[in-house]
Amino acid sequence: MDRFSVFSSRLVEKAEYFTSGHRACQGCAEALAVRLVMKALGRDTIVAMATGCMEIISSPLPTTAWKVPWIHVAFENSSAVVSGCEAGMKAMMRKGKLNQKKINFVAMGGDGSTADIGMGPLSGALERGHDMLYVCYDNEAYMNTGIQRSSATPFGASTTTSPAGKKSIGQQTQKKNLPQIAVAHDIPYVATACSSFPFDLMQKVKKASAISGPAYIHILSVCPTGWRIQPHDAIRYGRLAVDANVFPLYEVENGEYRLTYTPYKVLPVREYLKGQGRFRHLTDKEIELIQKNVENDYAKLLKKCGGQG
Amino acid sequence: MAKPMEQIKWQELEVGAIAVEVGNAREYETGTWRSERPVVNKDQCIKCGVCWIFCPDACIIQAAQGHFEADLTYCKGCGICARECPVGCISMVSEEEG
Ligand SMILES: Cc1ncc(C[n+]2csc(CCOP(=O)(O)OP(=O)(O)O)c2C)c(N)n1
Ligand code: SF4
Ligand code: SF4
Ligand code: SF4
Ligand SMILES: [Mg+2]
Repeated sequence: MDRFSVFSSRLVEKAEYFTSGHRACQGCAEALAVRLVMKALGRDTIVAMATGCMEIISSPLPTTAWKVPWIHVAFENSSAVVSGCEAGMKAMMRKGKLNQKKINFVAMGGDGSTADIGMGPLSGALERGHDMLYVCYDNEAYMNTGIQRSSATPFGASTTTSPAGKKSIGQQTQKKNLPQIAVAHDIPYVATACSSFPFDLMQKVKKASAISGPAYIHILSVCPTGWRIQPHDAIRYGRLAVDANVFPLYEVENGEYRLTYTPYKVLPVREYLKGQGRFRHLTDKEIELIQKNVENDYAKLLKKCGGQG
Repeated sequence: MAKPMEQIKWQELEVGAIAVEVGNAREYETGTWRSERPVVNKDQCIKCGVCWIFCPDACIIQAAQGHFEADLTYCKGCGICARECPVGCISMVSEEEG
């Protein structure tokens, strides 16, 4: 199914907490992911955001696209800042200096911020057990500074620091599995999501916000500029990634794995790679290798889900 | 904002680089970026809101008659709405052709 046949937009929050006028590129599905996450969280939310595309495009002074308290922090410390907000406000509530209220404490960062630079502070925050949510917007490279590879860039992708050429196939390492790293902290909730599946995404954010303790959501966020695709295809490529099992949608609640979506018909990985400029150089043999890796990874995931599929 | 953004000097910014007006990014009209504009065939629109949910710029609005259309003040012309509309009733029209 390439397009939706059923829709229930009436059930979705109408208010926007991430407004028009932000300066993301045309067709930026990372900006869409932020918009959807904020719809699910609502107004009683405090966000700390690491630098990266979403910070830059939303906050050129004196303007802001945010309608909730939002703190721009450095590249590495969004989780540390949100931990502090949570601990501080909790203490003030306990001492009666603030009214008791349920507040969503949310740290956000890109894949560069999460997988590389802010990994330590994130691990610390998850380990300390703060009642917070971490959202990673994964567009698979350092996009804001001009498409440099991160440890979440997939094998074979050409970026400015992993360029494809005669002696290189582009990124030579496998994508770091961040959701699994979050799971290893034994936190109550971990999920993957994609803005091409908006209801699944918002459902997971709502769940994460309701659970007390740390939660981690990893969102595949299609970046037309860095992936070298047409802006109007951003949603379609997210769907292809999921339908080819390149990026399966699942959640892990208290250690229990569950797929939240199974493709009606699993597509060959080639369908997903095809048409993306960052994979244009790949040969049939290399695509075959990627296909094998995707199948292996999916089989491992299915096993964790108790064979469900 | 009290005056147009481009006239604000750095000395007038809040200490600590605080943006005091929430959501005032709306004063920057991203619609000027556009080279193509989405045009909805109102009679074919089934009012499903798919275009609305997928717009990265939150600039699709529901008209009084119930159909959905783009707010051209902010629409960047990415074409996602046209591509995702389940009945295909949105077409992208070049701004140059008027
Ligand atoms: C310590 C540090 N190193 C480098 C930078 C420069 N920098 C700012 S944003 C960015 C890339 C962000 O990449 P990612 O986190 O993946 O977010 P994206 O822009 O892709 O959404 C870099 C390298 C910085 N601000 N601070
Ligand atoms: S570079 Fe990519 S992630 Fe960044 S604003 Fe543009 S489309 Fe969005
Ligand atoms: S997606 Fe198409 S049919 Fe649905 S509301 Fe938008 S224009 Fe109408
Ligand atoms: S063309 Fe893009 S920005 Fe304009 S209304 Fe459609 S989805 Fe939104
Ligand atoms: Mg990135």
